Amino acid sequence: MTRVTTETPQRRRKMSQQAIAPWLFLLPASLFFATYVLYPIIQSFYISLFEWNGLYSLQYRGVEGTGFTDLQCLELGNRAGREDGCELTGDTLWNADYVGMENYRTLYTDPFFWTSLKNNVKWLLLYLLAIPAGLFIALFLNQKIAGMRLYKSLFFFPFVLSQVVVGLVFSWFFLPGADDGLLNVLLGKFGIGPFNILGHNSTATYGIIAAGLWPQTAYCMILYLTGLNAVDPEQIEAARLDGAKGPKMLWYVVLPQLWPATFIAIVVTVIGALRSFDLITIMTNGGPGFYNTSVLAFYMYDVALSEFGFRMGYGSAIAVILFLIMMVYIAGFLWKMWRDEKV
Amino acid sequence: MRSIFKTSAAALAAATMLSGAAYADGHGVSGPLRIFSDMSNPAPRAVMEGMVARFTEANPGVEVELVITDREAWKTQIRNVLQSGTADIVNWYAGNRMGPYVEAGLFMEVSELWETGGLTETLASTLGAMTMDDGIWGVPYTYYQWGVYYREDIFAELGLEAPATWEQELANCEVIVASGRACYTIGTQFLWTAGGWFDYLNMRTNGYDFHMSLTAGEVEWTDPRVRATFDNWATLVNMGGFIADHQSYSWQEALPFMVNGEAAAYLMGNFAVAPLREAGLTDDQLGFYQFPQIDPAIEPGEDAPTDTFHIAANAENVEAAEAFLLFVASAENQTLINNGDNLGQLPVNAGSAVDDDEFLNAGFEMLSNNAGGGIAQFFDRDAPAEMAQVAMQGFQQFMVDPSTLDQVLEILEGARQRIY
Repeated sequence: MTRVTTETPQRRRKMSQQAIAPWLFLLPASLFFATYVLYPIIQSFYISLFEWNGLYSLQYRGVEGTGFTDLQCLELGNRAGREDGCELTGDTLWNADYVGMENYRTLYTDPFFWTSLKNNVKWLLLYLLAIPAGLFIALFLNQKIAGMRLYKSLFFFPFVLSQVVVGLVFSWFFLPGADDGLLNVLLGKFGIGPFNILGHNSTATYGIIAAGLWPQTAYCMILYLTGLNAVDPEQIEAARLDGAKGPKMLWYVVLPQLWPATFIAIVVTVIGALRSFDLITIMTNGGPGFYNTSVLAFYMYDVALSEFGFRMGYGSAIAVILFLIMMVYIAGFLWKMWRDEKV
Repeated sequence: MRSIFKTSAAALAAATMLSGAAYADGHGVSGPLRIFSDMSNPAPRAVMEGMVARFTEANPGVEVELVITDREAWKTQIRNVLQSGTADIVNWYAGNRMGPYVEAGLFMEVSELWETGGLTETLASTLGAMTMDDGIWGVPYTYYQWGVYYREDIFAELGLEAPATWEQELANCEVIVASGRACYTIGTQFLWTAGGWFDYLNMRTNGYDFHMSLTAGEVEWTDPRVRATFDNWATLVNMGGFIADHQSYSWQEALPFMVNGEAAAYLMGNFAVAPLREAGLTDDQLGFYQFPQIDPAIEPGEDAPTDTFHIAANAENVEAAEAFLLFVASAENQTLINNGDNLGQLPVNAGSAVDDDEFLNAGFEMLSNNAGGGIAQFFDRDAPAEMAQVAMQGFQQFMVDPSTLDQVLEILEGARQRIY
């Protein structure tokens, strides 16, 4: 009897400790995630239902004894600050009009939105070229030669540069004059050109993607280099004894073992393509003409936050669409992680 | 209107304490004064710091806290600064660019200050540009003319005179193009330079009043009069009047074409003179003329963008802020800050003296005596922000390929119907 009564509470306490501990460890991360990721996402959804120029007004209240009421101060609007009977409350007013799904309807008929979406698709597809290119360079660099560390770091160098610097370097590389930009100087030696790649609607986006591929290839290369370290030498040896070499060895023996690296490379490249904003801002500023090199992220910034951007609700609607597109990839990523862990 | 997001109430407590302190010293002003300025380029920065030094010398009770922000970055940062209540005084621009802040009640109305300080007379020329919603919202400290800066030596070499009419202009341009040069350099990557061309062509083709109705959204962009403006523009574009690949250059990157003699002229604001001189052009090589007349029946309108100071509506030290605005607006201060050693621009105050500089004199003369149509701010300051953005993209598109005019005008008209 006594044993029973002394043992049960102890066990219960132990169990509850074990049950609470993981939640306690998760708590700080969850708090930050909720504040800086979840809340803004929900807020974007909410704001996208409004028409709002991004500005809050100041709130005034009537000073007692002057005969002014809060309502009168509100009606004075932008003159209330000049009225002694009205004083600042320290709060702000949110001047937004509820428009329901109107922003999304406008998006549907907005040609610039579709231009941006089309460019996003171009980015997504062409950016994936960074993966085979990174693999190729990684295979090439995965040798034991004197000074290989130096070569590796040189190849990795573009990834260390800020995107802004990459954009500047490439916009100089593409400069239109026959003897200004390096590209046109080189082409000139073969009697071709000059071309103004960033100045024409048909080529500008591809020019920017080319600039983006430079650091992205370096990133994929690093992923593959670390992946190659994990390739099992015994399997290579066994395959060699069976007579596998060249492309067959790569395809059937090496690549399957590199799958984890490939998977991460695809994920970061897709997300990198969807985030492509800095290069566009630096290299073409969305032009030439009407948003011809814009992508959704750029268009969102331009309508909501830029020098002339005062359409916060509309920008939020674009953000929501971009979020939904990203969600497809993120969901796929989570699903795969979940499946892998179950095995 | 509902209060959903809240800011700290501490600002209020601070405001009540400070206004008490400000009254301590009878008529003199005192207390901290927080100024946020966008005068970040070297010369304007020195001017701003000089003004603060002279103001504090005259008002020893005031402790100025000056924050100078990058001029481009300020165009978006002003929103946060005004709403967070961290500034008493901010820099901005006249005209419609004030619109969002006036509507949201973030600028303080200063009509009374204009009356009591006599500014309605001394600053009369910009009264219209500072007025909005029946109130006056700030004071101007400088403005500058736009016009055609040209290579006098190239014109002399080709036997050309500065044109006064559109026919002379086109005839000149033909000669310049035949000599293997472009008539005009321009860099439209950041769009606004094309806005200057549209302003002038439209004000010369249709007049200042029409231009103002258009930027106010009262006229359709598909109107035949707008088309007439673009037709004139197309004539220049199609004859090779502008340098190639202008869509890839900023306005600074377009300067070397004029310095190297690959282009003969530049339609630009007076701020282009300093870099052109620094690049080695002497005043003998560099000339200025007013944008030529197109329709003789039309009085010329001019662009003269005005830069301004405003009091934030949630300013904590309004008395000192008003004193600073009066100080900025004074004839003496404006003469000093706009002279050739400082900003090198035109003072707004009618009592100020213009520094003895070839281009400042030409600009002052032009704006005082030869701008009968009226004085515009600039396309992106006269039109609402959204309209300015999309229209200037259209101008660039049109300059790259004039055959897309119909499509451009349709997009602009669609934008007009949505925005206004």
